[in-house]
Amino acid sequence: MTTPASPARATTRRWTLGAAALGWAAAYALNEVAWTWLYGTVLGLDITTGWASMLHFFSYDTIKITLLLTGIIFVVTVLRSFMSIERTRALLGGKREGIGNVLAASLGVVTPFCSCSAVPAFIGFVASGIPLGVTMSFLIASPLVNEVAIALLLGLFGIGPTLLYVGAGLVIAIVAGMVIGRLRLEGQVESFVYETRLRGQVIDSTAGLSWDDRLAMGREEVASILRRIWPYLLVGIGLGAVIHGWAPADFFARYAGPDNPFAVLVAVGIGVPLYSNAAGILPLIDALYAKGMPMGTLLAFMMATVALSLPEMILLRRVLKPRLIATFATVTALGIVAVGYLFNAIL
Amino acid sequence: MHVKILGSGCANCVNLENATRQAVDELGIDATFEKVTDYADIAAYGIMRTPGLVVDEQVLLSGRVPTASQVKDLLSAD
Repeated sequence: MTTPASPARATTRRWTLGAAALGWAAAYALNEVAWTWLYGTVLGLDITTGWASMLHFFSYDTIKITLLLTGIIFVVTVLRSFMSIERTRALLGGKREGIGNVLAASLGVVTPFCSCSAVPAFIGFVASGIPLGVTMSFLIASPLVNEVAIALLLGLFGIGPTLLYVGAGLVIAIVAGMVIGRLRLEGQVESFVYETRLRGQVIDSTAGLSWDDRLAMGREEVASILRRIWPYLLVGIGLGAVIHGWAPADFFARYAGPDNPFAVLVAVGIGVPLYSNAAGILPLIDALYAKGMPMGTLLAFMMATVALSLPEMILLRRVLKPRLIATFATVTALGIVAVGYLFNAIL
Repeated sequence: MHVKILGSGCANCVNLENATRQAVDELGIDATFEKVTDYADIAAYGIMRTPGLVVDEQVLLSGRVPTASQVKDLLSAD
Protein backbone atom coordinates (compact mmCIF):
# COMPACT_ATOMS: atom_id res chain seq x y z
CA MET A 1 0.00 0.00 0.00
CA THR A 2 2.84 2.35 0.72
CA THR A 3 4.48 2.05 -2.64
CA PRO A 4 7.22 4.68 -2.87
CA ALA A 5 6.41 7.21 -5.60
CA SER A 6 8.84 6.69 -8.43
CA PRO A 7 9.01 9.28 -11.24
CA ALA A 8 9.01 6.66 -14.01
CA ARG A 9 5.86 5.12 -12.63
CA ALA A 10 4.14 8.49 -12.36
CA THR A 11 4.93 9.21 -16.03
CA THR A 12 3.50 5.86 -17.15
CA ARG A 13 0.40 6.54 -15.07
CA ARG A 14 -0.08 9.95 -16.69
CA TRP A 15 0.25 8.49 -20.21
CA THR A 16 -2.16 5.66 -19.48
CA LEU A 17 -4.74 8.03 -18.01
CA GLY A 18 -4.35 10.44 -20.93
CA ALA A 19 -4.77 7.68 -23.51
CA ALA A 20 -7.83 6.32 -21.68
CA ALA A 21 -9.44 9.78 -21.55
CA LEU A 22 -8.78 10.31 -25.25
CA GLY A 23 -10.19 6.89 -26.19
CA TRP A 24 -13.26 7.61 -24.09
CA ALA A 25 -13.90 10.99 -25.73
CA ALA A 26 -13.43 9.55 -29.23
CA ALA A 27 -15.84 6.67 -28.57
CA TYR A 28 -18.41 9.10 -27.13
CA ALA A 29 -18.14 11.50 -30.06
CA LEU A 30 -18.30 8.79 -32.76
CA ASN A 31 -21.02 6.64 -31.15
CA GLU A 32 -24.09 8.00 -32.96
CA VAL A 33 -22.34 8.52 -36.31
CA ALA A 34 -21.01 4.94 -36.23
CA TRP A 35 -24.42 3.33 -35.61
CA THR A 36 -26.14 5.55 -38.19
CA TRP A 37 -23.49 4.52 -40.70
CA LEU A 38 -23.80 0.81 -39.83
CA TYR A 39 -27.61 0.58 -39.93
CA GLY A 40 -28.25 3.29 -42.53
CA THR A 41 -25.44 3.06 -45.05
CA VAL A 42 -24.07 -0.48 -44.66
CA LEU A 43 -27.36 -2.34 -44.01
CA GLY A 44 -29.53 0.14 -45.91
CA LEU A 45 -32.26 0.41 -43.22
CA ASP A 46 -34.56 3.37 -42.68
CA ILE A 47 -33.58 4.28 -39.13
CA THR A 48 -36.33 6.85 -38.63
CA THR A 49 -39.22 4.41 -38.11
CA GLY A 50 -40.26 1.09 -36.56
CA TRP A 51 -37.85 -1.75 -35.86
CA ALA A 52 -34.80 -0.12 -37.38
CA SER A 53 -35.38 3.01 -35.31
CA MET A 54 -35.66 0.90 -32.15
CA LEU A 55 -32.51 -1.07 -32.94
CA HIS A 56 -30.55 2.08 -33.73
CA PHE A 57 -31.75 3.76 -30.51
CA PHE A 58 -30.95 0.65 -28.42
CA SER A 59 -27.39 0.25 -29.78
CA TYR A 60 -26.60 3.93 -29.53
CA ASP A 61 -28.10 4.33 -26.06
CA THR A 62 -26.42 1.23 -24.62
CA ILE A 63 -22.95 2.40 -25.66
CA LYS A 64 -23.60 6.00 -24.65
CA ILE A 65 -24.87 5.08 -21.17
CA THR A 66 -22.09 2.55 -20.58
CA LEU A 67 -19.51 5.18 -21.52
CA LEU A 68 -21.09 7.80 -19.26
CA LEU A 69 -21.27 5.38 -16.34
CA THR A 70 -17.68 4.22 -16.80
CA GLY A 71 -16.24 7.73 -16.99
CA ILE A 72 -18.17 9.33 -14.17
CA ILE A 73 -18.03 6.39 -11.71
CA PHE A 74 -14.26 6.23 -12.21
CA VAL A 75 -13.72 9.95 -11.59
CA VAL A 76 -16.14 10.05 -8.65
CA THR A 77 -14.59 7.00 -6.96
CA VAL A 78 -11.06 8.40 -7.25
CA LEU A 79 -12.23 11.76 -5.81
CA ARG A 80 -14.22 10.06 -3.07
CA SER A 81 -11.18 8.05 -1.97
CA PHE A 82 -10.06 11.29 -0.30
CA MET A 83 -13.17 11.17 1.88
CA SER A 84 -14.19 8.47 4.34
CA ILE A 85 -17.11 7.65 6.55
CA GLU A 86 -14.85 7.94 9.61
CA ARG A 87 -14.03 11.53 8.67
CA THR A 88 -17.72 12.24 8.00
CA ARG A 89 -18.59 11.06 11.50
CA ALA A 90 -15.85 13.22 13.02
CA LEU A 91 -17.20 16.25 11.11
CA LEU A 92 -20.74 15.58 12.36
CA GLY A 93 -19.72 15.11 16.00
CA GLY A 94 -21.12 17.78 18.32
CA LYS A 95 -23.25 19.45 15.63
CA ARG A 96 -26.72 20.66 16.62
CA GLU A 97 -29.83 19.61 14.73
CA GLY A 98 -30.48 21.90 11.81
CA ILE A 99 -26.91 22.69 10.81
CA GLY A 100 -26.14 19.03 11.53
CA ASN A 101 -28.87 17.90 9.12
CA VAL A 102 -27.58 20.16 6.35
CA LEU A 103 -24.03 18.92 6.84
CA ALA A 104 -25.12 15.27 7.11
CA ALA A 105 -27.11 15.40 3.86
CA SER A 106 -24.22 17.07 1.99
CA LEU A 107 -21.72 14.57 3.35
CA GLY A 108 -24.13 11.78 2.39
CA VAL A 109 -23.57 12.77 -1.24
CA VAL A 110 -19.76 12.83 -1.16
CA THR A 111 -18.93 10.03 1.29
CA PRO A 112 -18.14 6.64 -0.24
CA PHE A 113 -20.92 4.45 1.10
CA CYS A 114 -22.99 1.46 0.12
CA SER A 115 -26.30 0.44 1.61
CA CYS A 116 -24.72 -2.88 2.63
CA SER A 117 -22.86 -0.85 5.30
CA ALA A 118 -25.97 1.05 6.41
CA VAL A 119 -26.28 -0.91 9.66
CA PRO A 120 -22.70 -0.61 11.00
CA ALA A 121 -22.66 3.05 9.91
CA PHE A 122 -25.94 3.70 11.73
CA ILE A 123 -24.63 2.09 14.93
CA GLY A 124 -21.30 3.93 14.60
CA PHE A 125 -23.06 7.30 14.24
CA VAL A 126 -25.72 6.90 16.94
CA ALA A 127 -23.44 5.21 19.48
CA SER A 128 -20.96 8.07 19.16
CA GLY A 129 -23.68 10.57 20.10
CA ILE A 130 -24.81 11.93 16.72
CA PRO A 131 -28.56 12.73 16.95
CA LEU A 132 -30.98 10.28 15.31
CA GLY A 133 -32.42 12.92 12.95
CA VAL A 134 -28.95 13.94 11.74
CA THR A 135 -28.02 10.28 11.16
CA MET A 136 -31.22 9.78 9.15
CA SER A 137 -30.42 12.82 6.97
CA PHE A 138 -27.16 11.06 6.06
CA LEU A 139 -28.85 7.71 5.41
CA ILE A 140 -31.55 9.28 3.20
CA ALA A 141 -29.21 11.47 1.13
CA SER A 142 -26.71 8.71 0.46
CA PRO A 143 -28.85 6.53 -1.86
CA LEU A 144 -31.15 9.36 -2.99
CA VAL A 145 -28.40 11.50 -4.53
CA ASN A 146 -26.08 8.98 -6.13
CA GLU A 147 -23.33 9.18 -8.70
CA VAL A 148 -24.97 6.83 -11.20
CA ALA A 149 -28.05 9.07 -11.38
CA ILE A 150 -25.90 12.19 -11.65
CA ALA A 151 -23.86 10.65 -14.49
CA LEU A 152 -26.94 9.66 -16.46
CA LEU A 153 -28.93 12.87 -15.86
CA LEU A 154 -25.93 14.90 -16.96
CA GLY A 155 -25.54 12.86 -20.14
CA LEU A 156 -29.24 12.62 -21.02
CA PHE A 157 -30.71 15.94 -19.86
CA GLY A 158 -27.83 18.35 -19.25
CA ILE A 159 -26.76 20.42 -16.27
CA GLY A 160 -30.12 22.07 -15.38
CA PRO A 161 -32.15 18.98 -14.43
CA THR A 162 -29.03 17.49 -12.78
CA LEU A 163 -28.71 20.46 -10.42
CA LEU A 164 -32.46 20.37 -9.72
CA TYR A 165 -32.18 16.71 -8.80
CA VAL A 166 -29.19 17.20 -6.50
CA GLY A 167 -30.80 20.23 -4.83
CA ALA A 168 -34.15 18.50 -4.39
CA GLY A 169 -32.49 15.35 -3.00
CA LEU A 170 -30.56 17.41 -0.44
CA VAL A 171 -33.67 19.32 0.66
CA ILE A 172 -35.68 16.09 1.06
CA ALA A 173 -32.89 14.50 3.14
CA ILE A 174 -32.47 17.60 5.33
CA VAL A 175 -36.18 18.12 5.98
CA ALA A 176 -36.99 14.42 6.47
CA GLY A 177 -34.12 14.09 8.97
CA MET A 178 -35.31 17.18 10.87
CA VAL A 179 -38.88 15.86 11.00
CA ILE A 180 -37.68 12.49 12.32
CA GLY A 181 -35.55 14.35 14.89
CA ARG A 182 -38.57 16.39 16.07
CA LEU A 183 -40.80 13.34 16.39
CA ARG A 184 -38.56 12.07 19.23
CA LEU A 185 -38.40 8.50 17.98
CA GLU A 186 -35.24 7.56 19.90
CA GLY A 187 -37.26 4.82 21.66
CA GLN A 188 -37.87 3.24 18.24
CA VAL A 189 -34.19 2.35 17.85
CA GLU A 190 -33.23 -1.13 19.04
CA SER A 191 -31.78 -0.64 22.51
CA PHE A 192 -28.52 -2.53 21.82
CA VAL A 193 -27.44 0.38 19.61
CA TYR A 194 -27.24 2.72 22.60
CA GLU A 195 -25.54 0.04 24.68
CA THR A 196 -22.80 -0.49 22.10
CA ARG A 197 -19.52 0.72 23.56
CA LEU A 198 -17.11 1.86 20.92
CA ARG A 199 -13.67 0.67 21.85
CA GLY A 200 -10.37 0.49 20.14
CA GLN A 201 -8.79 3.02 17.86
CA VAL A 202 -10.75 4.21 14.85
CA ILE A 203 -8.85 3.63 11.65
CA ASP A 204 -9.57 5.66 8.57
CA SER A 205 -10.55 3.21 5.82
CA THR A 206 -8.92 5.33 3.12
CA ALA A 207 -5.80 6.56 4.91
CA GLY A 208 -2.36 6.01 3.41
CA LEU A 209 -3.46 5.22 -0.12
CA SER A 210 -1.14 5.90 -3.03
CA TRP A 211 -2.33 7.23 -6.41
CA ASP A 212 -2.01 3.73 -7.84
CA ASP A 213 -4.31 2.43 -5.09
CA ARG A 214 -6.88 5.16 -5.74
CA LEU A 215 -6.90 4.52 -9.51
CA ALA A 216 -7.20 0.79 -8.89
CA MET A 217 -10.18 1.48 -6.61
CA GLY A 218 -11.75 3.50 -9.43
CA ARG A 219 -11.31 0.63 -11.91
CA GLU A 220 -12.67 -1.94 -9.46
CA GLU A 221 -15.70 0.22 -8.64
CA VAL A 222 -16.57 0.65 -12.35
CA ALA A 223 -16.32 -3.11 -12.86
CA SER A 224 -18.32 -3.95 -9.75
CA ILE A 225 -21.13 -1.44 -10.46
CA LEU A 226 -21.43 -2.46 -14.13
CA ARG A 227 -21.49 -6.14 -13.14
CA ARG A 228 -24.29 -5.43 -10.68
CA ILE A 229 -26.49 -3.16 -12.81
CA TRP A 230 -26.18 -4.44 -16.37
CA PRO A 231 -29.43 -6.45 -16.33
CA TYR A 232 -31.36 -3.38 -15.08
CA LEU A 233 -29.58 -1.25 -17.64
CA LEU A 234 -30.49 -3.49 -20.58
CA VAL A 235 -34.14 -3.83 -19.49
CA GLY A 236 -34.36 -0.05 -18.99
CA ILE A 237 -32.82 0.76 -22.36
CA GLY A 238 -34.92 -1.95 -24.03
CA LEU A 239 -38.18 -0.53 -22.62
CA GLY A 240 -36.96 2.93 -23.56
CA ALA A 241 -36.33 1.75 -27.13
CA VAL A 242 -39.81 0.23 -27.37
CA ILE A 243 -41.41 3.48 -26.16
CA HIS A 244 -39.12 5.43 -28.48
CA GLY A 245 -40.07 3.38 -31.53
CA TRP A 246 -43.73 2.53 -30.92
CA ALA A 247 -45.58 4.75 -28.45
CA PRO A 248 -47.57 7.55 -30.17
CA ALA A 249 -45.94 10.92 -29.65
CA ASP A 250 -48.56 12.32 -27.27
CA PHE A 251 -49.58 9.07 -25.53
CA PHE A 252 -48.04 9.82 -22.14
CA ALA A 253 -48.70 13.53 -22.37
CA ARG A 254 -52.40 12.75 -22.66
CA TYR A 255 -52.58 10.37 -19.69
CA ALA A 256 -49.75 11.49 -17.40
CA GLY A 257 -49.07 15.02 -18.57
CA PRO A 258 -49.03 18.27 -16.59
CA ASP A 259 -52.85 18.44 -16.67
CA ASN A 260 -53.29 15.28 -14.62
CA PRO A 261 -53.15 16.31 -10.93
CA PHE A 262 -52.62 12.73 -9.75
CA ALA A 263 -49.68 11.94 -12.06
CA VAL A 264 -46.99 12.59 -9.42
CA LEU A 265 -48.82 10.60 -6.72
CA VAL A 266 -49.25 7.66 -9.10
CA ALA A 267 -45.60 7.87 -10.21
CA VAL A 268 -44.35 7.78 -6.60
CA GLY A 269 -46.86 5.04 -5.74
CA ILE A 270 -45.43 2.89 -8.54
CA GLY A 271 -41.83 3.87 -7.80
CA VAL A 272 -41.65 3.02 -4.08
CA PRO A 273 -42.28 -0.75 -4.32
CA LEU A 274 -40.43 -0.97 -7.64
CA TYR A 275 -36.87 -1.87 -6.80
CA SER A 276 -34.37 -0.79 -9.37
CA ASN A 277 -31.44 1.54 -9.52
CA ALA A 278 -30.83 4.75 -11.39
CA ALA A 279 -29.22 2.88 -14.29
CA GLY A 280 -32.39 0.97 -15.08
CA ILE A 281 -34.76 3.88 -14.54
CA LEU A 282 -33.06 6.73 -16.38
CA PRO A 283 -33.12 5.33 -19.93
CA LEU A 284 -36.84 4.75 -19.41
CA ILE A 285 -37.28 8.31 -18.13
CA ASP A 286 -35.40 9.63 -21.14
CA ALA A 287 -37.89 7.94 -23.48
CA LEU A 288 -40.93 9.02 -21.42
CA TYR A 289 -39.69 12.62 -21.40
CA ALA A 290 -39.36 12.56 -25.17
CA LYS A 291 -43.02 11.43 -25.30
CA GLY A 292 -44.22 14.42 -23.32
CA MET A 293 -44.17 13.47 -19.63
CA PRO A 294 -43.16 16.41 -17.40
CA MET A 295 -39.77 16.47 -15.65
CA GLY A 296 -41.19 16.82 -12.11
CA THR A 297 -43.22 13.63 -12.41
CA LEU A 298 -40.25 11.76 -13.88
CA LEU A 299 -37.76 12.93 -11.23
CA ALA A 300 -40.25 11.97 -8.51
CA PHE A 301 -40.61 8.53 -10.07
CA MET A 302 -36.84 8.02 -10.19
CA MET A 303 -36.25 9.26 -6.63
CA ALA A 304 -39.00 7.01 -5.26
CA THR A 305 -37.40 4.04 -7.00
CA VAL A 306 -33.84 4.61 -5.78
CA ALA A 307 -34.42 6.15 -2.32
CA LEU A 308 -36.74 3.57 -0.82
CA SER A 309 -35.98 -0.08 -1.33
CA LEU A 310 -37.25 -3.15 0.44
CA PRO A 311 -33.81 -4.82 0.80
CA GLU A 312 -32.41 -1.78 2.59
CA MET A 313 -35.40 -1.61 4.92
CA ILE A 314 -35.00 -5.28 5.81
CA LEU A 315 -31.35 -4.56 6.66
CA LEU A 316 -32.31 -1.51 8.73
CA ARG A 317 -34.86 -3.59 10.66
CA ARG A 318 -31.84 -4.93 12.61
CA VAL A 319 -31.44 -1.51 14.25
CA LEU A 320 -34.77 0.28 13.74
CA LYS A 321 -38.20 -0.75 15.03
CA PRO A 322 -41.03 -0.99 12.47
CA ARG A 323 -42.61 2.33 13.48
CA LEU A 324 -39.41 4.23 12.76
CA ILE A 325 -38.95 2.45 9.43
CA ALA A 326 -42.54 3.34 8.48
CA THR A 327 -41.98 6.97 9.51
CA PHE A 328 -38.74 7.11 7.51
CA ALA A 329 -40.46 5.72 4.38
CA THR A 330 -43.55 7.94 4.73
CA VAL A 331 -41.66 11.19 5.35
CA THR A 332 -39.27 10.52 2.46
CA ALA A 333 -42.10 9.58 0.07
CA LEU A 334 -44.06 12.73 1.00
CA GLY A 335 -40.94 14.84 0.36
CA ILE A 336 -40.55 13.27 -3.08
CA VAL A 337 -44.20 13.91 -3.96
CA ALA A 338 -43.86 17.56 -2.89
CA VAL A 339 -40.73 17.99 -5.03
CA GLY A 340 -42.52 16.45 -8.04
CA TYR A 341 -45.45 18.88 -7.81
CA LEU A 342 -43.13 21.82 -7.22
CA PHE A 343 -41.07 21.08 -10.34
CA ASN A 344 -44.16 20.52 -12.47
CA ALA A 345 -45.46 23.89 -11.31
CA ILE A 346 -42.29 25.91 -11.91
CA LEU A 347 -40.79 24.22 -14.98
CA MET B 1 -2.12 -15.00 16.00
CA HIS B 2 -5.90 -14.64 16.14
CA VAL B 3 -7.57 -13.26 13.02
CA LYS B 4 -11.13 -11.94 12.98
CA ILE B 5 -12.98 -11.27 9.75
CA LEU B 6 -15.77 -8.74 10.38
CA GLY B 7 -18.80 -8.59 8.13
CA SER B 8 -22.24 -10.04 7.67
CA GLY B 9 -21.49 -12.74 5.13
CA CYS B 10 -21.12 -10.55 2.06
CA ALA B 11 -18.89 -11.46 -0.89
CA ASN B 12 -16.29 -8.95 0.29
CA CYS B 13 -15.84 -10.80 3.58
CA VAL B 14 -15.12 -14.05 1.77
CA ASN B 15 -12.60 -12.28 -0.47
CA LEU B 16 -10.94 -10.67 2.55
CA GLU B 17 -10.70 -14.01 4.31
CA ASN B 18 -9.14 -15.64 1.25
CA ALA B 19 -6.57 -12.86 0.87
CA THR B 20 -5.72 -13.05 4.56
CA ARG B 21 -5.40 -16.86 4.55
CA GLN B 22 -3.06 -16.62 1.60
CA ALA B 23 -0.97 -13.92 3.30
CA VAL B 24 -0.75 -15.95 6.52
CA ASP B 25 0.30 -19.06 4.59
CA GLU B 26 2.98 -17.20 2.66
CA LEU B 27 4.38 -15.67 5.85
CA GLY B 28 4.30 -19.10 7.54
CA ILE B 29 2.37 -17.75 10.53
CA ASP B 30 0.26 -20.01 12.73
CA ALA B 31 -3.16 -18.34 12.87
CA THR B 32 -6.69 -19.11 13.95
CA PHE B 33 -9.58 -17.55 12.05
CA GLU B 34 -12.90 -16.34 13.41
CA LYS B 35 -15.85 -14.76 11.62
CA VAL B 36 -17.67 -11.93 13.36
CA THR B 37 -21.11 -11.39 11.86
CA ASP B 38 -23.02 -9.70 14.69
CA TYR B 39 -23.57 -6.01 13.93
CA ALA B 40 -23.16 -4.91 17.54
CA ASP B 41 -19.79 -6.67 17.76
CA ILE B 42 -18.65 -5.24 14.43
CA ALA B 43 -19.64 -1.70 15.40
CA ALA B 44 -17.90 -2.07 18.76
CA TYR B 45 -14.58 -2.21 16.92
CA GLY B 46 -15.36 1.23 15.51
CA ILE B 47 -15.85 -0.22 12.04
CA MET B 48 -18.48 1.50 9.87
CA ARG B 49 -17.67 -0.04 6.53
CA THR B 50 -17.47 -3.79 6.15
CA PRO B 51 -15.45 -5.89 5.68
CA GLY B 52 -13.03 -5.39 8.55
CA LEU B 53 -9.83 -7.17 9.50
CA VAL B 54 -8.90 -7.51 13.17
CA VAL B 55 -5.71 -9.25 14.26
CA ASP B 56 -5.10 -9.91 17.98
CA GLU B 57 -7.84 -7.35 18.80
CA GLN B 58 -6.15 -4.68 16.65
CA VAL B 59 -8.17 -3.22 13.76
CA LEU B 60 -5.89 -3.36 10.74
CA LEU B 61 -8.24 -2.54 7.91
CA SER B 62 -11.84 -1.70 7.08
CA GLY B 63 -14.01 -0.78 4.15
CA ARG B 64 -12.17 -2.51 1.33
CA VAL B 65 -10.74 -5.77 0.14
CA PRO B 66 -6.93 -5.74 0.00
CA THR B 67 -4.71 -8.02 -2.05
CA ALA B 68 -2.81 -10.80 -0.29
CA SER B 69 0.46 -8.87 -0.59
CA GLN B 70 -1.13 -5.81 1.04
CA VAL B 71 -2.25 -8.00 3.96
CA LYS B 72 1.32 -9.34 4.18
CA ASP B 73 2.60 -5.77 4.52
CA LEU B 74 0.04 -5.05 7.24
CA LEU B 75 0.83 -8.24 9.16
CA SER B 76 4.59 -7.83 9.02
CA ALA B 77 4.36 -4.14 10.00
CA ASP B 78 3.33 -5.17 13.53
